[in-house]
Amino acid sequence: MQPLSNIESLLYFSPELLLVIFAIAVVLVDLGVKNRESATVAYLSLVGVGCVFVAVLLTHGQLGDKDSISLFLGMIRLDAFSTFFKILLLLATAATILFSLRSEELDARLKGEYYALLLAITLGMFLMASSTNLLMIFISLETVSLTSYILAGFLTHNPRSSEAAFKYITYGAVASGTMLFGLSLLFGMTGTGDLGQISTRLTELFASGEVYSLAVLIAIIFVLAGVGYKIASVPFHMWSPDVYEGAPIPITAFLSVASKSAGFALFIRFFYSGFGSAEVMQSVDWTLMLAIVSALTMTVGNLAALPQQNVKRLLAYSSIAHGGYLLMGGVLLTSEGIGAILFYLVVYLFMNLGAFYVVVLIANEEGSEMIEGYRGLASRAPLVAGAMAIFLFSLTGIPPFAGFFGKWLLFAAVLEQGYYWLAFVGLLNSVVSLYYYARIVKAMYLEDADEETTPASFSTGTFALLSVFVIPTILIGFINIFYTFSNISVSVIPMQ
Amino acid sequence: MLLSLMIFIPLLGMIAVLLLPRESDELIKRVTLLFTLIPLALAVALFISYDRSTAGTQYIVNVPWISAFNIQYHVGIDGLSVTLLLLTALLGPICVIASWRNIEKGIKAYMALFLLLETGMLGFFAALDLFLFYVFFELTLLPMYFLIGVWGGPRREYAAIKFFLYTLFGSVLMLVAMIAVYLNSGAPGARTFDIPTLITLAAAEGHALNNLNFQIWVFLGFFIGFAVKVPIFPFHTWLPDAHVEAPTAISVILAGILLKMGTYGLVRVNMAMFPQGMDFFCNGTGTWGNSLAILGFINIVYGSFCALAQTDFKKLVAYSSIGHMGFVILGLAARNTEGITGAILQMFNHGVISGMLFLLVGVLYDRAHHREINGFGGLGAKMPVYTGITTLAFMASLGLPGLSGFVGEALSLLGAYDKFKMLTILSTIGIVVGAAYFLWTLQRVFLGTLNPKYEALPEINGREILTLAPLGILTIVLGIWPNFAIDMFRESVTNLISVLEAI
Repeated sequence: MQPLSNIESLLYFSPELLLVIFAIAVVLVDLGVKNRESATVAYLSLVGVGCVFVAVLLTHGQLGDKDSISLFLGMIRLDAFSTFFKILLLLATAATILFSLRSEELDARLKGEYYALLLAITLGMFLMASSTNLLMIFISLETVSLTSYILAGFLTHNPRSSEAAFKYITYGAVASGTMLFGLSLLFGMTGTGDLGQISTRLTELFASGEVYSLAVLIAIIFVLAGVGYKIASVPFHMWSPDVYEGAPIPITAFLSVASKSAGFALFIRFFYSGFGSAEVMQSVDWTLMLAIVSALTMTVGNLAALPQQNVKRLLAYSSIAHGGYLLMGGVLLTSEGIGAILFYLVVYLFMNLGAFYVVVLIANEEGSEMIEGYRGLASRAPLVAGAMAIFLFSLTGIPPFAGFFGKWLLFAAVLEQGYYWLAFVGLLNSVVSLYYYARIVKAMYLEDADEETTPASFSTGTFALLSVFVIPTILIGFINIFYTFSNISVSVIPMQ
Repeated sequence: MLLSLMIFIPLLGMIAVLLLPRESDELIKRVTLLFTLIPLALAVALFISYDRSTAGTQYIVNVPWISAFNIQYHVGIDGLSVTLLLLTALLGPICVIASWRNIEKGIKAYMALFLLLETGMLGFFAALDLFLFYVFFELTLLPMYFLIGVWGGPRREYAAIKFFLYTLFGSVLMLVAMIAVYLNSGAPGARTFDIPTLITLAAAEGHALNNLNFQIWVFLGFFIGFAVKVPIFPFHTWLPDAHVEAPTAISVILAGILLKMGTYGLVRVNMAMFPQGMDFFCNGTGTWGNSLAILGFINIVYGSFCALAQTDFKKLVAYSSIGHMGFVILGLAARNTEGITGAILQMFNHGVISGMLFLLVGVLYDRAHHREINGFGGLGAKMPVYTGITTLAFMASLGLPGLSGFVGEALSLLGAYDKFKMLTILSTIGIVVGAAYFLWTLQRVFLGTLNPKYEALPEINGREILTLAPLGILTIVLGIWPNFAIDMFRESVTNLISVLEAI
């Protein structure tokens, strides 16, 4: 079907528009709030996320029996795939707002800007998940990057936070520059920015021998620099441990989950609809390259996590490793593999955010992010310790927790394509990862606190929020609908 | 229904225990005991009502679970599983009673984890869907890690993580093999994890699973997973550490049940599903034809000599376990009626005898607070009842005819002699060494002059006798009347052999 014109598209663009409205509203309301300790803006942002959520569902309902609608003259596309990611991203945003409410490290004076930026970054990620045009891809990526730089440096009194922002922006500038160059090469070769048309054009060009496959491969590698930077894959991962360690914990959680999800959405759409056709893959074989990147990413992430003493940094490296596992599903771009990625992202959202939430709680309680701070937690706060253990074992991939089912799908997808070595690397990495996750569990359960400490007390709200993460982490794997949901979302991406 | 009830009652018990207030120790213990006695009663009921005249699985429950991947909740029992279920259900309450006074801190968490462990073990022995089987297999890992790591001895942290890492390493290889079997079981959409179906497919002419090369690789994947659990040399080094550090009751479970999970898996998956792979490693010809028997032989001899060298009572029992599990491997490698019957019987008997041995070590340790064999002497006069029971357990373990240990080992060797003459003859060294270390220990601990430090050592008490008596009676009964157990799995073994010979 023909892409809708700009005016017609606005009807289907209401979630994004609502995000803009709420971001502005947050800033304006913040001006009027006298009491700096009040949480008005945070709640306003939460309401915003709720409204956007409803809008996402409504716009998806407008699709009717169509698979997808192309908006803004083919710039972005509304389909089950983008809706899937929008819901995922909204969940992450809502969780981040709630974490920020409970985190004690944020500067009360800058609340308005903070929440407005959080909504703005969500907008950028929405676009990342739905862009189908090179130009739009780049703009959405930059929207997310620029906002992330500010949020990472939000602890203005903390030099580590400023360092994080600075490193982030330096690496980010290089990565997006490289990516832009790759995009321009693609545009130059095909004369179009539309992903679907690129695929058609490339097929024609390869058939007539008018283009070198090496040139296309180079363009792909350059684009991968930008995407790889977002999902923190080797060799573009160097920024992430420093940024994750320096940024406020809620932002770290947000970056490690939402930013990665949006990066994967972009990755999948770009490669699947741009370069996924059999003709193109015959001429430009980038699967082995991706497989190696995936293997390196998980190995580097896991090995670097082993000696970490700071839990936040440890989780940063573990999040790199998880990026590697996720990439496994994308190596061959089969629908099983991509379905596995989507499923794993859902699981990862709950278990990783949950783990970060516990880090927030302990940082508030102990003022420390080091593993020593977790000593004897099992006797001081048994429920929190139990939840943390569940998140960590799920991250390791031990049944019956959801992480196992996610990994199982990824490995099955890889084995199905005969990449046995990659599956082996992945599984051995899972075993390695147990060692460092278990160090936290060991501190919580097997060691006693140094001095006599009073039992930590947490509010009912804390436990309620914690259970929002724990229950899915236990149950997702056992529920059919999630598998079906991720498969439907994959089936609608047009494969040229 | 009966079977599922039995599997999940301990899980219900765990929830019940978690809901009880933390201070009510006595109540928690009683509730736990109740929730382990119910599965025992159900297991006895299953044992009695099980139809011994057929090899077919009974009490089948088969409902879809994750239909997107054709994963089912499929449980059922045959002669092998019902025997091991009974063993598991029997050791459950015994271990709860054995933990009654010994566990001081965190009794609530301990009991909850113990119940979770029991569900994992019972489910594992009943599962007939490969995915479910794997989930239950892994479900035992977490509670075990905590039970060793929190309530263990001085080096508990090291022992717990070592156990965890070794087992996880084995199980991820198993996972690859499992996925490979699933992917090769049919066209997309028609794939299955169902064990009986897979066994049929693997025997079907021209099917992808019926391929020697494929079977060898998946055999290896599963084998390493189970070998870590058994443990088979060279994957055994976690065992002495885990046993020495674990609290008494957990050692009993570890030796009694968890090791059997490895050998049970070998029978259920490796032998029944990949008979060609099994043949490749046990047919006595070619480079690899003797490998499984050699591993069994190494376990027997190496385990026994290591036990001989120990001065720590518990470590001695731990190494003797490695030796005795070697007979199971040797018997399975023989692939004939005597060998397999002997191996299964040995699984059950070893569960009972090693359970007794670890309980006895615990009794002594609770009184003397050390386990140094050379530090005792002359206890025979001081604790006659204890000495009597220990002698019974030692004799059973070293294979005295008339007690249960003898029958399993003799049958395993009988079967193995038919196929691997030299290895079987050499393996008997293990029996001699076994007699040596047990008798020597008996001499050092119970005979001679009484160490004056232990003048006031109290005799074994009623609670402890209660834990030992059922096991002691079983050793005698099964020694005199082994058919009591063999009748249960006779048909299953015949069936297994027909699968093995059909290749």
